[in-house]
Amino acid sequence: MPGGFAHDPLPGSLLRIEDLGLADISEILALASELESEDPLRRAFRLAKRRVALLFYESSTRTRTSFELAAKALGADTTLISSKSSSIEKGESLKDTGLTLRALGAEAIILRNSFSGAPWLLERATGLPVLNAGDGMHQHPSQALLDLRTMLRVLRGGTTDITEDLLEGVTITICGDILHSRVARSNALLLPRLGARVLLCGPAQLLPEIAASLGEGIAIERDLDRALAQSDVVMMLRIQAERLAGLHIDLEAYRTGFQLNEDRMEKYPALWLMHPGPMIRGLEIADAAADGPRSLIEEQVRHGLAVRMALVARALGAGSLQ
Amino acid sequence: MSEATSVANGAPVEAWLLQGGRLVDPSTATDMPQDLLLVAGQVLAVADPGTLSAAAAEHGAATLDCAGLIVAPGLIDIHVHLREPGQTWKETIASGTRAAAAGGFTTVVAMPNTVPVIDTPAWASWLQAPERGAAISVLPMAAATVGSMGETLTDYAALRAAGAVGVTDDGKPIGVAGVGDRIMRDALELAARCGLPVSQHAEDTRMTRGASMNAGALAFRMGLRGMSVESERSLVERDIALVRQVSRSLAGEGFTPHLHVQHISTRDALELVRGAKQEGLHVTCEVMPHHFALNESALAGYNTFAKMNPPLRSEADRLAMLEGLLDGTVDCIATDHAPHAAFEKEQEFEKAPNGITGLETALGLSLRILHGEHGMPLAKVLALLSWAPAQLLALAGRGTLAAGARADVVVFDPAATWHFNARAALSKSKNSPFDGWAMQGRVRWTLCGGQIVFEQGPA
Ligand SMILES: [Zn+2]
Repeated sequence: MPGGFAHDPLPGSLLRIEDLGLADISEILALASELESEDPLRRAFRLAKRRVALLFYESSTRTRTSFELAAKALGADTTLISSKSSSIEKGESLKDTGLTLRALGAEAIILRNSFSGAPWLLERATGLPVLNAGDGMHQHPSQALLDLRTMLRVLRGGTTDITEDLLEGVTITICGDILHSRVARSNALLLPRLGARVLLCGPAQLLPEIAASLGEGIAIERDLDRALAQSDVVMMLRIQAERLAGLHIDLEAYRTGFQLNEDRMEKYPALWLMHPGPMIRGLEIADAAADGPRSLIEEQVRHGLAVRMALVARALGAGSLQ
Repeated sequence: MSEATSVANGAPVEAWLLQGGRLVDPSTATDMPQDLLLVAGQVLAVADPGTLSAAAAEHGAATLDCAGLIVAPGLIDIHVHLREPGQTWKETIASGTRAAAAGGFTTVVAMPNTVPVIDTPAWASWLQAPERGAAISVLPMAAATVGSMGETLTDYAALRAAGAVGVTDDGKPIGVAGVGDRIMRDALELAARCGLPVSQHAEDTRMTRGASMNAGALAFRMGLRGMSVESERSLVERDIALVRQVSRSLAGEGFTPHLHVQHISTRDALELVRGAKQEGLHVTCEVMPHHFALNESALAGYNTFAKMNPPLRSEADRLAMLEGLLDGTVDCIATDHAPHAAFEKEQEFEKAPNGITGLETALGLSLRILHGEHGMPLAKVLALLSWAPAQLLALAGRGTLAAGARADVVVFDPAATWHFNARAALSKSKNSPFDGWAMQGRVRWTLCGGQIVFEQGPA
């Protein structure tokens, strides 16, 4: 569209998963592997003294820490602005906060915000590359990449060569609060592009029929057992109580229908389990599943660090392989 | 001002001869070369080219050379937000009416959702006072309920006497919150007795809490809560049922309620209006240029300049608006000119206020899309922007160039195309999704009450 709202992302930005081509994804995953195995002292010269800002409007443990450690591992100086302790609590606009960070020398901003689309606003206002660390109910693209890397490790020998048939024959169930989940949207928009089939599972209140229209290769299967019987991987999602906006969920019925418990793990012996966290143990997931041998939950966190190193390097124009 | 100055020796020119133009006046089904003589703020004569020279000389008329140009009734926009009183950082009556004049408008109807709300005769008069510095006519639409709070009807008779041309709680639907259906029924009845339309913002807000765009696949994908088609359809349905009831109950007394559906945006609601008209109920509706020019895909990149309420809808809905305009179901075009300051629109999508500017792009978009792309006759496009809204609100002497009418005229070059530059807009606000768009038909002069209120040279 003409005018001031061009929406082609800046090079280095990652606002939504669709903006990455398969070649971009291959490059990011290859760089992640390279950085992960690189000597830490050498790696710390990659972005020595470059400045990366983390701007977090929602509380976050794993994503914030992961991005922060990733940037630091490359030698960058990081600064964290979170809603708990800054002028953003006093009502400063996202635009002004972004401009302040730019004036302080930030070369890229990692943003977590409760409003869908906030990364576009920040990118437009600052002209800096923005890494979307979760925007409202919209997307969490670095999560989709780390989830992909996790899956490729167990299903495809850890390849970084991404093709459109790489996951042909693979079915992934995403179960839970799809409506409010940026992780679900990011994964559902990525995995079918590699040939995978995505089944969305959950009660109607948390999974409207319209979700199937996200793209090709996505279907709704409301019966978790029927979904799991077809699946190689299941991603469990928590119910996002903070976004329910008046919806009431019968938790007992939810547990019966949608909890990943010991029984279900036993019933589907080849099933891999993933969860983006935070988990609500005893609700969508039982201890036996979360802590069992086919749980990839901690491994996801490790892949997150590697993928985010690659994304930060790419954001600062240091993304090409050496 | 250039060659045709409206101020000769410090005194306003009292008479104008608009010579050599093609006069398109839908009110008299005129579309042919005619000269137009304006004297003392009124149309004195419309006559064959060259035949008004003597009369013009007698009145000392200055001449505007309209060769190659269309001469038409000044445009009328029955849905604008001028933001005064109370929100003058967004727009003032002075700035908004200058933008209107640039767009070819000579009358605008101001919505009452200002701060304070226009709900008393005193405020209605304030709005029209010369101190406001309006470049063109501003007619108030008054609040239907006190403070637009939906609980107590305002004094319709007194508001009408103070110049109000209708009642509305625009922005807030009447009879959804608060006391419910009864207040809308009462509003329709009282307004009917006072000869005013009830202009309704048709949205069942119980269904649209927290929503910021059209409901559907795109909203799901963008992670935004959606406003369903049903939220518009169901309220139009409810209101039509109330019109039916009130029509029956007032029939014996000779009053007819008039429901005007503001900024209609969905095929389903338009279908209901079509049915109500066939049934013989007095139900009218308006469509905004953005609802026939754009669909929800304009929100790409979370473009807050494409955020308004009702929202941009699906392509099927957009096409239904075009169809309704072409088949006559839609009564008129209005803009819902809703200016906001840059800092307000430069926010997270869900936080940014609803509304876009419209006065400076309405004619250009209507000519380009309706006339140029969909073959609507020029006279019909102009009718939708002048004669039809004048009829709808019973604005005597406006929207027509018949002898005796107000000397409200727009003169434009129908062949000229130009590109809208939002930064150069006369509105205080630049929040338009049409920045950079090609427009058809370039205004040369706008005359209001016989005075030139806008002019620009040929392209
Ligand atoms: Zn409205």
